[in-house]
Amino acid sequence: MNAGWTATRAWLLMLPLLIVMLSVIGWPFFDTVRLSFTDARLVGTGGDFVGFANYERLFSSRAFRRAFLVTTQFAVVSVLVEVVLGVLVALLLYQNFRGRNVLRALLILPWALPTVVNALLWRLIYNPEYGALNALLVQIGLLDAYRSWLGDPNSALVALIVADAWKNFPLVALISLAALHAVPHDIKAAAIVDGAGALARFRFVILPYLAGPLMVALVLRTIEAFKVFDIIWIMTRGGPANSTRTLSILVYQEAFSFQRAGSGASLALIVTLAITVLAVVYVALIRKSAGAQF
Amino acid sequence: MHRSKNFLAAMLVSTAMAHPAIAETNLNALFMAQAAYSEADVRAMTDAFTAANPDIKVSLEFVPYEGLHDKTLLARGSGSGYDVVLFDVIWPAEFAENNVLLDVTDRITQEMKDGVLPGAWTTVEYNAKRYGMPWILDTKYLFYNMEILAQAGIAAPPTTWAELSEQAKAIKDQGILDHPIVWSWAQAEAAICDYTTLVSAHGGAFIVDGAPAFQTGGGLDALEYMVDSYNSGLTNPNSKEYLEEDVRRVFQNGEAAFALNWTYMYNLANDPNESRVVGKIGVAPAPGVAGKSAVSAVNGSMGLGITATSQNPDAAWNYITFMTSQPTQNAYARLSLPIWASSYDDPAVTAGQEDMIAAAKVGLAAMYPRPTTAGYQEMSATLQQAIQEALLGQASPADALAMAAEGGL
Amino acid sequence: MERQNLGFTIFLYVCAALLALMILAPFAWLFIMSISSTNDLVSKPLRWWPVETDWSRYRILTDFTPNSHGAALMSALGNSIKIAAIATVAALMVSVPAGWAVSRTPAVGWSLWLVIGTYMLPPVALAVPLYMGLAGLGMLNTKIGLAIVYLTVLAPFTTWLLKSGFDPIPRDLEKAAAIDGARLDQMLRIIILPLAAPVIGTAALFAYLLAWDEFFYALLFTSDYRAKTVTVAIADLAGGRVADYGLIATAGVIAALPPVIFGLVMQRMLISGLTTGGVKG
Repeated sequence: MNAGWTATRAWLLMLPLLIVMLSVIGWPFFDTVRLSFTDARLVGTGGDFVGFANYERLFSSRAFRRAFLVTTQFAVVSVLVEVVLGVLVALLLYQNFRGRNVLRALLILPWALPTVVNALLWRLIYNPEYGALNALLVQIGLLDAYRSWLGDPNSALVALIVADAWKNFPLVALISLAALHAVPHDIKAAAIVDGAGALARFRFVILPYLAGPLMVALVLRTIEAFKVFDIIWIMTRGGPANSTRTLSILVYQEAFSFQRAGSGASLALIVTLAITVLAVVYVALIRKSAGAQF
Repeated sequence: MHRSKNFLAAMLVSTAMAHPAIAETNLNALFMAQAAYSEADVRAMTDAFTAANPDIKVSLEFVPYEGLHDKTLLARGSGSGYDVVLFDVIWPAEFAENNVLLDVTDRITQEMKDGVLPGAWTTVEYNAKRYGMPWILDTKYLFYNMEILAQAGIAAPPTTWAELSEQAKAIKDQGILDHPIVWSWAQAEAAICDYTTLVSAHGGAFIVDGAPAFQTGGGLDALEYMVDSYNSGLTNPNSKEYLEEDVRRVFQNGEAAFALNWTYMYNLANDPNESRVVGKIGVAPAPGVAGKSAVSAVNGSMGLGITATSQNPDAAWNYITFMTSQPTQNAYARLSLPIWASSYDDPAVTAGQEDMIAAAKVGLAAMYPRPTTAGYQEMSATLQQAIQEALLGQASPADALAMAAEGGL
Repeated sequence: MERQNLGFTIFLYVCAALLALMILAPFAWLFIMSISSTNDLVSKPLRWWPVETDWSRYRILTDFTPNSHGAALMSALGNSIKIAAIATVAALMVSVPAGWAVSRTPAVGWSLWLVIGTYMLPPVALAVPLYMGLAGLGMLNTKIGLAIVYLTVLAPFTTWLLKSGFDPIPRDLEKAAAIDGARLDQMLRIIILPLAAPVIGTAALFAYLLAWDEFFYALLFTSDYRAKTVTVAIADLAGGRVADYGLIATAGVIAALPPVIFGLVMQRMLISGLTTGGVKG
């Protein structure tokens, strides 16, 4: 069995996957690129070549700039909340106490809940007249009167982020927990012997082990948050006054509600580009942190 | 004519050959899951149809109104999509230009032409062609809680929008309710329906000579009224995230003195299983504006059409004819009123809802259309944003509408 | 573990209680809504436990008369089960050989990165051509069509997971088998697959849950009982003006049960899968 045959065999084994990927991702992607330079409609005309007209129109549009800002806010804040909460929960569950294993099992629940169900559950909770949140906050005295959560542009995005973070923090927590367990015991013991305080131990002993896995979780969650569609579609549909309209919702509207497939395609590609840039920056950071560590 | 003869022949043949192994026709029909006929009503009507036509099987699909347009459009690409679709009065232009619906002008009989209210036909017309049968004939009415009005010493419901504000203020000032009026102003078509009602009251127009005209005159007055009502606290502030069902829930809970909503709320809010205001509900045509209009109304009707991709257009038309027939509509007139003129004087229809019928006779005659344009969806989305920005104080009504008129995406 | 003083222990238990509350309260509320009467749900102040439990929504949603709420939800559940199964099997069929190839032959590794890189593509960047393509093939509103589209999400993910799972399996076994003259397919079937069964199971579970959760493509590419999935059915129910919050909550409970039970029963598998990706990434 020579090296050449091994490589050929490997490629043969890869072939089905590559064929599938080419047909369900490769071709559609390149077709989206082609469409983005046309004025194609969703039904009917195939469209004519219009050069960069779609892109120019988008970059000068208020809706695009706003959606970009909203998406970035959503992605940055929700991921930040998830990471901080996730690490704290992991540190808690790393301690020894009774019921720890039950709690770990519970952690899987929000993550397993379908996104759509999560969205409608929180929509009911945020209901301005009959929702549980208003009732709870008023009954314990934190709020004077019932208020609108999803109907107020100042709180709608925050409310969405809370709902999203509640579902997704367990993922970060579970990954961090596994990373904590990978920290060798003697290193921790040594740090305690050296008399390092809890904070210093976290910073210098634990964090280096957490950094790698955490960055992976961060990249995954950021990419997902940037693509967000379903939770917003169900909870606010982009309202009020488009204050929660993310890029994916905008693409849906352009391409499917207004039938402008060409313009929708160009918008989708800009989203893709933004995500790619983000991911590359993150991966560079991961490399750097991994390099510093090993 | 030729077609209907064929159709008749086909019907005769199929009944003549009614042996057990007969080929079954499958129809897929798309409806909306809300206002107007309930899902149970649509189901019962359909059951009656299939009982009379055992060779036809009908599968029903219910989606929210908000998904109805996109679903219809998206299903066009599938070879075996829907056969019958419910469509809103604002879509025939777009659906006709994109060849989504079948032109059924020639299928409509003289009997239908004579019997159906003339105004109802506008629901299905575009460029002098008809793309279906009107089915839901509806507009927004002013519902009021008679008990609350009496408590506040108000003798009669308002006949002008200014009067509505005064009465609401009286109710608020007497401490009966914090926010006496409730509307459906969520970022959705529902907000445009309320806005259109006010536009018609203020003598405004959406489009004049092909150019936007809503940013001045009556169109601007309408939005300013909404914003004033919102800012003064007379309007329930949650209206900005409400759809029709939210309005109904607040109203039937006794938490609003006034509500703008469709016909269906009258009998549902009188249902003791759900409502706390049974027997206290008054209904009137939406008010007018002194010197400009006596009443106001939006054309919120919907029709049933055959999709261009249907494999069974004849069976589909058969089904539509049944669903829109006078006997069917009369039998289910509690949540949606018939399209047939003579039904409005039929005691079987009017019994128990005389007030509703009286309001409908006036309101339906005053229905004002939303613009007929293939680009309606986009125009509506732009207007929805303008309305919400003005309500939320992000822009003045004049600025918000001016921006919408420029078509700022 | 270091010794703990009393204050710290109390602090731990308070935090643990808060965490449990945070996780469980929304679930509990979803369930309580599903058994509360409409009157209780719209009362002020809000009733946290119904005066009288009302199980009628469960009866409504398990009544399968044609064209009813229950029938619609049930057909959507059936579609979800089938579509997720087809997509999972298809994804494994392409990703098991590919994952093994990448694990054993690093020379082809770069192609895996290309495949994983597609994760960055938002569904909206593929949706229009996929829609047109499915329409052209007459596969809109079909279970197979949607399952094929789901491969865009599932296949890269399972390949990545499987590759990380295959890595620790020793190569000596394969070498020995090769010397004994085993063919490639025999080697895979007799030696690799049994050893890799746990990781393949994990990948399958993940793929299934991902497919179950998918909403965007299902919203676009299905229209009725023939292929509509449970996520879209739930969204239709909640987005429609169904007046009854309890019914929405009940539908939510029913749609959440399969994945949540899966998650609880197979949590070890899930956690190992989650962390394989994360830790070894």
